[in-house]
Amino acid sequence: MSTYTSLTDADLDAMLAVIGVSSIDDLFEVVPEGLRLDRPLDLPPGMAEQDVEALLRRLSARNVSTDDEISFLGAGMYDHYVPAIIDSILARSEFLTPYTPYQPEISQGGLQLMFEYQTAISELTALPVSNASLYEGPSAVASAGYLAKIANGRGRLVVSRGVHPHSRETLVTVARGYGMEVVEVPLGEDGVTDAAALADAVDDDTSAVIVQQPNFLGAVEDIAAHAEVARDAGALAVCACDAMTLGILRPPGDAGFDIAVGEGQPLGNRLDFGGPSFGFFAATEKHIRRMPGRIAGETTDVDGRRGWVLTLQTREQHIRREKATHNICTAQVLNALAGVIYLSWLGRRGIVEIGELMLRRADYARRALCELPGVSPLHEAPIAREFAVRLDADVPTVIARCAERGVNPGYALGNDYEEYPDGLLVAITERRSREDIDRLVEVLGAAVAEAAPAGAGVRS
Amino acid sequence: MSDASYPADLRYHHEHDWVRVEGEEAVFGITWFAQDSLGEVVYYDPPEIGAEVAKDGTYGELESVKAVSDIYAPTSGRVIAVNEALEGQPELVNTDPYGEGWLVRVQLSDPSEVDALMDASAYETYLAGLSS
Amino acid sequence: MSSETTNPQQAERATTIFEKSVPGRRAFSPPATDVPETPIEDLLPGHARRAEAPGLPEIAEPEIVRHYNRMSKRNFDLDSGFYPLGSCTMKHNPKLHERLAALPGNARLHPAQRPEAAQGALELMWRLQNALGEVVGLPAVSLQPSAGSHGELAGVLLARAYHEDRGDTGRTRVLTPDTAHGTNPATVTMAGYEVVKVGTSPEGGVDIDDLREKADETIACLMLTNPNTLGLFDPNIEEITSIVDDCGAVSYYDGANLNAIMGVSRPGDMGFDIVHFNLHKSFTQPHGGGGPGAGPIAVSERIAPYLPTPVVVRREEGEPEYDLEFDRPKTIGRLRGFQGNYGVFVRSYAYICSLGAEGLREASEIAVLNANYLLARLKETAGEYLPVAFDRICGHEFVLSGAPMKSALGVRTVDLAKRMLDHGYHPPTVYFPLLVDEALLIEPTETETKETLDGFAEAVGEILAEAAKDPEILLQAPYTTPVRRLDEAAAAREPVVRQA
Repeated sequence: MSTYTSLTDADLDAMLAVIGVSSIDDLFEVVPEGLRLDRPLDLPPGMAEQDVEALLRRLSARNVSTDDEISFLGAGMYDHYVPAIIDSILARSEFLTPYTPYQPEISQGGLQLMFEYQTAISELTALPVSNASLYEGPSAVASAGYLAKIANGRGRLVVSRGVHPHSRETLVTVARGYGMEVVEVPLGEDGVTDAAALADAVDDDTSAVIVQQPNFLGAVEDIAAHAEVARDAGALAVCACDAMTLGILRPPGDAGFDIAVGEGQPLGNRLDFGGPSFGFFAATEKHIRRMPGRIAGETTDVDGRRGWVLTLQTREQHIRREKATHNICTAQVLNALAGVIYLSWLGRRGIVEIGELMLRRADYARRALCELPGVSPLHEAPIAREFAVRLDADVPTVIARCAERGVNPGYALGNDYEEYPDGLLVAITERRSREDIDRLVEVLGAAVAEAAPAGAGVRS
Repeated sequence: MSDASYPADLRYHHEHDWVRVEGEEAVFGITWFAQDSLGEVVYYDPPEIGAEVAKDGTYGELESVKAVSDIYAPTSGRVIAVNEALEGQPELVNTDPYGEGWLVRVQLSDPSEVDALMDASAYETYLAGLSS
Repeated sequence: MSSETTNPQQAERATTIFEKSVPGRRAFSPPATDVPETPIEDLLPGHARRAEAPGLPEIAEPEIVRHYNRMSKRNFDLDSGFYPLGSCTMKHNPKLHERLAALPGNARLHPAQRPEAAQGALELMWRLQNALGEVVGLPAVSLQPSAGSHGELAGVLLARAYHEDRGDTGRTRVLTPDTAHGTNPATVTMAGYEVVKVGTSPEGGVDIDDLREKADETIACLMLTNPNTLGLFDPNIEEITSIVDDCGAVSYYDGANLNAIMGVSRPGDMGFDIVHFNLHKSFTQPHGGGGPGAGPIAVSERIAPYLPTPVVVRREEGEPEYDLEFDRPKTIGRLRGFQGNYGVFVRSYAYICSLGAEGLREASEIAVLNANYLLARLKETAGEYLPVAFDRICGHEFVLSGAPMKSALGVRTVDLAKRMLDHGYHPPTVYFPLLVDEALLIEPTETETKETLDGFAEAVGEILAEAAKDPEILLQAPYTTPVRRLDEAAAAREPVVRQA
C-alpha cells in the first residue's frame, strides 16, 4: 500500500509539537463523537503498485476494444487514429498536472493553448468566438439552450429528432431545471429534418432551433434553410456538428447559425469508453458576454510583452455567482489540448483530405452493403461519414453474429428510435480501409442471411 | 485615476450613485468611492433608451476585471440617453466619474425624490461611517 | 530589484502555431484512397459543401512538437513544485494511473460497445460506485456527471425531482451559505431555483439562528460543504441537517472538501441525502490545466429512484453480469452522452485500490496534519501580517487574511501572490472566500513533505520582510516568470479571443 505520502514518525512528533496537540486524533476533536466512523471503511486493504496494475489489466482485458475487432461503431464517438505526438505532448507534466490558469504569469503555456484551441474551433465552425471547452458534446447542446434563454428569455427550444438522442435527453433534463419546454421535430422519410414540421413548430416564443449536421442517421441536412427558419422567428440557430466533417461540409457560421457545438472526441481524443473528451462551443460576436466557461484572451504585460489571460471572467460562477452564464468550473482543457494538436497535425489540407476520404469510403460502403440481400438504405440522403441501413433480420442478433467473426457492424438504431427497430448505423473513419469494409460486407451479409426470419422474403 | 472628490452640485444615493438634476431631467453616475472600490471598469451594460427606472432599483451593470456591480437609480424616471462613449472607453468611469463617465440621462417622473438624497457633505459623512 | 530583469523566455516573443504556419507544409500523411475517387460534387449537394478550407495551421511534425514543448515550459505544474491552491486538492497524481488509463482495453473501448463486450469496464465502474458510496455512507451512486459543478446540477435537479414526485411543488428556493463556492449559487439558478444566503457564525460555521429562520416550506435544498470553504468542520452539522429535514427540504453535500474526512466521518451519517465527489480532487486526477475531472453523485434511498441514467448494475443471475440500466421510470434523465468520464474512473479506482480503507483514512489524516502544521508555521513566520481568519484547529485547508499586511505594508494579497511566483511557488487561492478580506485559502494536501511546508512558511516570511523594507519589490513582482504582470483590464475591454 502507498498513500503517496512522506510522513515519518519523527516528522509526526515534530509536527504535532509545533501544532501543540498530542495526536492526530486531537485534530479531529471538532467532529462530534457520534459522527466519527468507529470502524474502518468497508473496502479491501491497500495493494502494492504491481498488484493494482495486475488487477486493472485483468479488468481491461475483458473489454473488446477497437484493437480486437473491426469496428464500425460511431453514434457520436469515433475510432479515429490518434497521432503519437498527442501521447507525447499530453504526457508532459507541465500540461498534465497544473490546474486552471488562475496565475497567468506562470500559466502562459496553458493560456496560449486555450487561445490556439479557440482559434482552431473558430476556423472550423466559421464563428468568431469559442470558449476553451465544455465537458462533452451533449451537455454542450444543453448549454446552448441555456445561453438562448439568457439571450432572449423565450420559453421553447425546438430540436430536430436528428440531433443525437443523448443530446436531446440531456437538453430535456437540464431544460426542466431552467424552465424551458423542449419540442421535437420529426425526421422525414428522406432521413432529414421535416422542414414543414420545423416551420410549424417554430413560433414567437421559440428561443432556439437546434439541429445536427450530419444528423444522427448520418444524413446531411440543408442547415442553412433551418437557420433561416430560426432567424425569421427571432430565435437563435444552434448547430451541433461533427468536427471531422467540417473540412468538406459548409460550416455553421457560414450557414447563418448563431452557435455551433459538438463532441470533441474525434479530434485526437481516445474513445475511453465515452470520456473524458471535450465539448466545443462557438458563437457569434454578440453572444460573447453570454458564453459559458473559460475564455483566454490576448493582452500584454507591464513591459509590453505579449501574453494571455483568462478573460471576461465576470460571466463566470466564481464572480457572478447566481447570475453567472453557466455553473461550469472545471472543464476538459487537457482534452482540448489534444484537439488543437490534432488539428495542427491534420492541418488545413488534411482536414479536407480526411473528410473526402471518409465520404468516399462511406459512399462505397453504403453502396456495397445495400447490394446485399436483406439490407436496404434507411434513407437516400447525402452522407458524410456515417449512414443508416435497414436489415431484414433482428439487429441485435446480427450484431452478435458479426462480433463472433471479429466485426462490429455498427449501432442498433432501435436503442433510441422505436421507428427504426431494423436500423443499423454504420460509421466510417480513416482507420476503416476498403479491405475492412469488404470484410464487413461479407460478414454482415452472412449474418443477415442466417438471422433472417424463416420464410421471410429477403429483399435483393 | 482622479483624486477623491464629491462635487457640491450633486445629490448622492447610499449605493454610491450620484444624480445631477437639470430641470425635469437628470444625469446619473457612480461616485469616486464606487469607481475606486470597483477598480478598472472594463464594461458597461446600459439600460435601453425608453426604459423606466425606479428609485433604489437597479438599471444596469458595471464590470471590472473581477467584479460586477449593479448600478442603482437615485430617482425614478425614463431613460432618454445612455453614455455611448463608454462602449469604447469604459475607463472614463474611473478617470472622470462626474463628467465624461456619466451613465444615463433620465426624464424625472418625480423630481421631489431628489430631496431625500444626501448632499455632498452628508455623503462624505456617510462614507466616513463606512470605513470606521 | 530591477524591472528590467529578463531571462531567455522573457526575451522571446510568444508566437502561436498559426503564426508558424507556412503554406505547403504538413504533418499528416493521409491513408491511400482505396475506393473509387468519385468527384465530391457528385456526393454532396452544393448547399452542403464548404467553399474554402478552414484556416488551420500548415506545419510539420518536428515544429509542432517543438512548439508545444516550448509552450509547456511556460507553465508551472504540480509535478515541479508546491501548489497549495485552496479548495482544489492538488495532491500527487500517481504515474501508474496514466499507464492503466492508456491500456487498449480502456482507451480504445467504444462507449456504445455491447455490455457483453465491456464487462471489465462495467465491473470497474460498479466497484467504483460501491467504494464511493461506502466512503460517504450513502447507498446509491451515479458516476455520470463530468465535474463538480455538473454533479451539483445533478444534485439540485434530483432534489427538484424528489419534491415534484411527492406533489410538493411550492419549493422555489435553495439555501447556500455565504461562504459557498460560486458554483453553488450558479447551479441553483441553472436548476431554476432562487438563492437564499445563510450567514456565517462568529466561529466560522453556519449561523444556526439564521438557518432556522430561513428554513421553511419554500426551501427545496441546502447546499453545504463540510469542512466549509474556511477549512472548518461545522460541529453543529447534525443540527443543521435536521433543521433542513424538518422543513421538508433535502441536504446536499458539496464534496469539494472531502479530502479532509475520508474514513473519518461520512456525509451520509451527518444527515446528507446527496453528495457529489470531485474525483479530480480527493481521488487524484491530473488536473490537466482545467480538466478533465469527474463529479459522481451518491444519494440516499429516498433519492435513488431519480438518479440519472444509465446506472451500472450487477446481476446475481443471468447475462451479462454487469450491465447498464436505462429503465428507471423516475429518473431525471441524462446529463451527458454515454456513461461518464471513464478514463477518470480508471485512475480513481486504481487510487482506491492502492490506498485501501486504511490508506484513505491516512490520506485525510495527513492532509489535516499538514494543514495544521503549515498554519502553525505561518503563524510563526507571518502571523503579524497574515493572521488566520478563524483561529481554530482547521481541516485540510485554512484561510489567512492579508488585511493587516495591506494596511501596515501597503501591499495586497495579489502582490504577495505574485512575489511567491519568483520564489518558485504556486500561490494559494486568493480573494476567496469572499467573507474574509484579502483572503488566502491554503491547502497543502497530504502528499507534501514537512520540508516543503517549512520552506513555504519561511518563503512567506522572507517575502513579508522584503515588503517591510521596500513594498515596491512586491508591487512590481513577478520578475522571473516568462511574462510579468499582465493587463487584464485591456484583455476584458477589447477581447481578442482568437488569432486574427
